[in-house]
Amino acid sequence: MRGAETLSELAGALAGGGVRVVDLSQTLSPRFPQIVLPPEFDQCAPFRMAEISRYDERGPAWYWNNLSFGEHTGTHFDAPIHWITGRDLPNNATDTLPAASFVAPACVIDCAAESARDADFLLTADHLRAWEGRHGKIPPRAWVLMRSDWSKRTDPVAYQNFDETGQHTPGPDARAVRFLVEERDVLGFGTETIGTDAGQAAHFRPPYPCHTVMHGAGRCGLQCLANLDLLPPTGSVVIAAPLKILRGSGSPVRALALVSE
Amino acid sequence: MSRASYDGVVIAAPVTIPYVRYSTRDAHWFLGRALAALVKRAGVKKDQLDGLCVSSFTLFPDTAVGLTQHFGLSPRWLDHIPMGGASGVVALRRAARAVQAGDADIVACIAGDTNHVDSFRANLANFSRFARDAVYPFGAGGPNASFALLTSYYMRQYGIAREDFGKLCVAQRDNARAFPLALLRKTLTLDDYLNARPIADPLRLFDCVMPCAGAEGFLVMAEERARRLDLPFARILGTIERHNAFPDDPIQIRGGWALDRDDLYAQAGVGARDIGFAQLYDDYPVINVMQLEDLGFCEKGAAADFVRRNSFTVGGTLPLNTSGGQLSVGQAGAAGGYLGLTEAVRQLTGQTLGASVENARHGLVSGFGMINYDRGLCSGAAVLGRA
Amino acid sequence: MTPPLIKPKPRNPVRALRRPTLPPPARSRAALRLTAAAAEGRFELQHCCDCGTVQYPPRSACVTCLSTHLEWRETDGVGELIADTVLHHSNELYYRERVPLRLGMVRLAAGPSLLAHVHGDCGSAPTPVRLRAHLDKSGQAVLMALPSQDTTNMADDPMLREMTSDPKFRKVLVTDGKSAVGQAIARAMIDAGAEIVWAGVAEPWKQAGGLDALAKLPQIEQVTLDVTDEKSVRDLAGVIGGKVDILINTAEFHRAHGVADRGTETAHAEMEMNYLGLLRLAQAFGPAMQARAAEGSVPATAWVNLLSIYALSALPSHGTFSASKAAAFALSQNLRAEMRHAGIRVVNVFPGPIDDEWNQLLPPPKLAPAALAGAIVKALREGVEDVYPGDVAQDIVRRFRESAKVLERELWDQ
Repeated sequence: MRGAETLSELAGALAGGGVRVVDLSQTLSPRFPQIVLPPEFDQCAPFRMAEISRYDERGPAWYWNNLSFGEHTGTHFDAPIHWITGRDLPNNATDTLPAASFVAPACVIDCAAESARDADFLLTADHLRAWEGRHGKIPPRAWVLMRSDWSKRTDPVAYQNFDETGQHTPGPDARAVRFLVEERDVLGFGTETIGTDAGQAAHFRPPYPCHTVMHGAGRCGLQCLANLDLLPPTGSVVIAAPLKILRGSGSPVRALALVSE
Repeated sequence: MSRASYDGVVIAAPVTIPYVRYSTRDAHWFLGRALAALVKRAGVKKDQLDGLCVSSFTLFPDTAVGLTQHFGLSPRWLDHIPMGGASGVVALRRAARAVQAGDADIVACIAGDTNHVDSFRANLANFSRFARDAVYPFGAGGPNASFALLTSYYMRQYGIAREDFGKLCVAQRDNARAFPLALLRKTLTLDDYLNARPIADPLRLFDCVMPCAGAEGFLVMAEERARRLDLPFARILGTIERHNAFPDDPIQIRGGWALDRDDLYAQAGVGARDIGFAQLYDDYPVINVMQLEDLGFCEKGAAADFVRRNSFTVGGTLPLNTSGGQLSVGQAGAAGGYLGLTEAVRQLTGQTLGASVENARHGLVSGFGMINYDRGLCSGAAVLGRA
Repeated sequence: MTPPLIKPKPRNPVRALRRPTLPPPARSRAALRLTAAAAEGRFELQHCCDCGTVQYPPRSACVTCLSTHLEWRETDGVGELIADTVLHHSNELYYRERVPLRLGMVRLAAGPSLLAHVHGDCGSAPTPVRLRAHLDKSGQAVLMALPSQDTTNMADDPMLREMTSDPKFRKVLVTDGKSAVGQAIARAMIDAGAEIVWAGVAEPWKQAGGLDALAKLPQIEQVTLDVTDEKSVRDLAGVIGGKVDILINTAEFHRAHGVADRGTETAHAEMEMNYLGLLRLAQAFGPAMQARAAEGSVPATAWVNLLSIYALSALPSHGTFSASKAAAFALSQNLRAEMRHAGIRVVNVFPGPIDDEWNQLLPPPKLAPAALAGAIVKALREGVEDVYPGDVAQDIVRRFRESAKVLERELWDQ
């Protein structure tokens, strides 16, 4: 009964004001930056569109495209099966994760100023505790999203931010990730950058701590998010559902947030 | 133009480095020992050897050139003879003319090879372009298949039987019993020969030489030099050499000796009947038989009869391969082409290691080899005389 | 008298699998021309253009007159076996496993003497024989003396079987068994004595004419196979890969499409099936086939690619199709280089237009599926690796070899 009322109120708020839908996704286009691994490894496919027909001799009354992309192209969701630490966990793929994982409250940690000063900024457990001091304890099964305003870097070169020592983008450190998993039981971690881990995470201990620890604990990831600056620190509900791909390791998503007006 | 004689040039100091079936040493080691043995035997200093002639199958990537620096020699005459079983006779020919012309004083002729456990197979792969293209792909396993075909053809063509080949092998084994360096000295009966393990029909085990490691050597110098050194020597009375003889024969039934033997005996001033012993190149019994015919001991096709009427032990009517030949002593690669020469010199200087042929004044040494494709291309022969 | 090949017993699973060994593969550049001719089923020798001498082994200058104008020409194999032997021993591992072995010296009527394998049905020397060149397990030409007239079970001679891929008693996969060509090939394999023919079908729900009749044959087993789907290929390989002796890749996407048309999706579909399909099959089926290439008397033996003569030179009206077949051709050369380690023969078939719906607008002569199937069976039996079946294919390959550029221009008007 309460549930029915809540949903009915939500429908009303969405239609008539009170609850706004914020689009947290980048546009999927061939120009959107793609994760690049060292050349000795195989690469994630970039997003490509090929017209099948456009109201022409190939199909007179219709327009449609064939797409090709990787599971980790554009704004996308990472399932635990994506990382070796999560490979054997039950219900660890995009088709087996419970659907409840795809709708969850979000805590948004504002690191925009720090990230502007230092592209390699690392979010620490101390930062998180300080944030909790201001906004309350992070609830269980919530997304923790790291706002860096990185999505405002519309120039792909600035977005990738590579130099001869590799990529330089902000992310969490290992202790922060362990804190979120072991002491706050989060659903997962989300970023505006091209990975949930910082650009230099290959050199951390363990390497790629967010992937290693989060997925090893059956948690998820969201990457290339946009508009986190439009979200309050707490109170929004994020809807991010990967495509139901057979044994999928992730997929591009239309990430949305329900936000109070 | 008639050929110059070899008057005044002699062959001396036959040395043999004992053969072993397998060795971990390299060809350089065996050749070095042969050179040392020559120096010691002649009682000369190493740097008095101003000519060097080398034959080896397992010296790669070196040739005679590398050995000059390896052994610390500075010769003014150098040759490398890659002619397999004909190498000895050919080395003798080259060295003798060098000495006669004054291009060298004392020429050391050495031949030697190592034999590792996998040598035989490894050497085969790169023996010759024609072998690689047209023989090796058939699994022919070295010259066995070619000589099996040749033997089979010969037997059919000329009515010679395995018993006849066997007689020669048995005689050579008898000769080997007295030769201390022979690797195979166990008595061989005709029965043993006829019933041995088949290799490639009609060849069986005792038709094939045993590859081994070892070396042979001799010196060539002016007669006065040999006398001054107090070295026993043998005279060089005549030599011949021929390559790729009778190329239009569909299969090999004769060797270059058939073309040049009259020249050989004319030079030497003797005939086949004057030969006291024959060191024939015996990689297979059929080649012994071919040499008997082509070198004039009997008519072509009459070898079967000749073999049956004669005896070939050291005390026989035609002593053949008096130390046992390669079939009993073993084939140390290219040294197989020298084995007949060193044994001939020992016989003619009364310095045999095994049994001696009594009163031999003239000895014939014959060489043959290099199965480039389907036939042995090189042939040579020398008549040596007692001093 | 060659005894007939008997159906092999199942392999004793407890015994170690015999690994493939190979005869010596090294040949000089000149000798490789013998291989090039044998690859198409021809016996060629060098003929001197100046003095006419026919010579062997392959040379760089004429043995008679030293001319370097030596031309490789098809040569009559009529000759006489003048000496023969049986080898009981070989230092070469491949031959060591196959002794006793007959070898002989053949004097050709054309002149030279050639060392050759000797078929068991040839009499002892001296006897007339026919000499043929075959590709051995290393993919290089060797010579074989055969009896002057065909004998019963001649093809079952063990050494001849080493160099051929007779479908008898073999298990065959036809990757597209539903198309007209696939059905014709499946039937032809059964008629040639294949024990099983797996007929691949990509979309079982799509009915095709003739498939029901084919499915009634006891040797046929229909299997799901979509070569554009890596999982489909891997799943099938997981089930039957360890049993396939001959793989015939007939899966083909074919449209009349080129640069003058719009869009890349047709080309993409052609590449996906004709080129990447081959790659998926090679990766999934290759290793198991190679492992079984020396097993028993009827081992895994051949991989057949249905290419197109237009892989050599594109037919502009079918430009993207030609390009996909050219890509598959290049990849098949990669596959051949890989498969040689196991002695598996990669057979490339380059037909001209097949008499099917996609070639409707091309003028005759067009190749009937049954004729194409017959050509493939013949190539497998003869151990040939490059096949140009039909008049158009023969014509185009001849023109291509005379001048690829002239052919390119001539295809403009097709």
